[in-house]
Amino acid sequence: MSSSNESIQKTVTVALLLCLVCSVVVSASAVILRPAQAVNEQANMQMNILQAAGLYDPQQTVQEQFELVSTRLVNLETGEYVEGMDPDGYDQRKAAKDPSMNRVLSGEEDIALIKRQAKVAKIYLIESGGQIEKIILPIHGYGLWSTLYGFMALEGDANTVAGLGFYEHAETPGLGGEVDNPNWKAQWTGKQVYDGDAVALRLVKGGADRSDSYGVDGLSGATITSRGVDNLLKFWMSDAGFKPFLDNVKQGQI
Amino acid sequence: MAKTKELLFDPVVNDNPIALQVLGICSALAVTSSMSVAFVMSLAVIAVTAFSGLFVSVIRSQIPSSIRIIVQMTIIASLVIVVDQILKAFAYEISKQLSVFVGLIITNCIVMGRAEAFAMKNGPVESFIDGIGNGLGYSAILMAVGFVRELFGSGSLFGVEILTKVTEGGWYYTNGMMLLPPSAFFIIGFIIWGIRAWKTSQVEVDEFKIAPNSKMKEA
Repeated sequence: MSSSNESIQKTVTVALLLCLVCSVVVSASAVILRPAQAVNEQANMQMNILQAAGLYDPQQTVQEQFELVSTRLVNLETGEYVEGMDPDGYDQRKAAKDPSMNRVLSGEEDIALIKRQAKVAKIYLIESGGQIEKIILPIHGYGLWSTLYGFMALEGDANTVAGLGFYEHAETPGLGGEVDNPNWKAQWTGKQVYDGDAVALRLVKGGADRSDSYGVDGLSGATITSRGVDNLLKFWMSDAGFKPFLDNVKQGQI
Repeated sequence: MAKTKELLFDPVVNDNPIALQVLGICSALAVTSSMSVAFVMSLAVIAVTAFSGLFVSVIRSQIPSSIRIIVQMTIIASLVIVVDQILKAFAYEISKQLSVFVGLIITNCIVMGRAEAFAMKNGPVESFIDGIGNGLGYSAILMAVGFVRELFGSGSLFGVEILTKVTEGGWYYTNGMMLLPPSAFFIIGFIIWGIRAWKTSQVEVDEFKIAPNSKMKEA
């Protein structure tokens, strides 16, 4: 290494050139790979939706299977469809952070500990012959370490659970992380959400009675995660959540 | 080509970056709870150490020594971002599990250490091979730790069930601690012990002698 390398001029030149080359490489890779990444992200989300509804078949591509699903926007307060907005372009998570599109939840109402809720929710329907067969609702709430994001699928009667799955969380592996356990998730299928007008679906610590059509086993060793799941269900199935919409579905007004 | 072989395989046992140099422990704890994740992490680290060695070595005669560390860092950081982008585009599931740890390859001492200690003084081809070699050494430990942790923590290897878990109606009670990062400390400790028992030349000389116990005197 010659001493000419040590001049200020040389140092600045090397630094500038290096930064230039590196920034071109980094931005080129980001731009070129962006479309492929977007496809992956979308396919991943669609797969989560199909899995929650218990419809996912690994033999077929996600895109093919997702053709059955229609995406709709629902106004949570009135429980009616929102017209004039593009469902595919709507991001419920972004909307929850936007003061013009969200609602700040007060302390006692906010049992799912999410603080802000988007006024409009993005839901997915599977219809056949004008009849709703499955309703897939996005749900989220706080567990022990993290916010759990997932989907809850209901049958066309808007009361029977078709499935439940969380696609994003950071709970303890092996304990709270067991929300991903297929055996636990399988228990949800066929349970009932409402007993009359109240949300009766719940997690039972120590294990639910098999004949209990509203109870699901709590996760052992994960009391706080179980409580979080229980609370977020209660929240999203209540009047603050999807109840107005589900009532409309039950009465055939939608 | 004896030198190539030496460069490539010496870091696997004789001069292992984790076991002898004790570098890169952080990520070895974080990504070894399942083997498939550890495998992809290994590939990413091999790619980054190899190419950072290559590029640093190519421009080594032009780098002013006053800014050499930040130059190496910039090259490494750029490579890591490229690797992260590629993973997100072609191995989305795994990149989700690796999450921040791909980004943290930037701070992995192995990459930095090889750029500074080897690539600054040797030609591009040797540096590239040295990078692969050290990446392999890191991978060997990662895969070994991943093997133990996934087998005893989840009863599976590469996601394929080997021991049937109690929760699935089998007989194997999973060892929850294996899924948590501290277990990797124990396993790496045992590996280092094993290697040093086999290759005694790696045992470090005591920096000081412990005096024999003082003797009791009659009062």
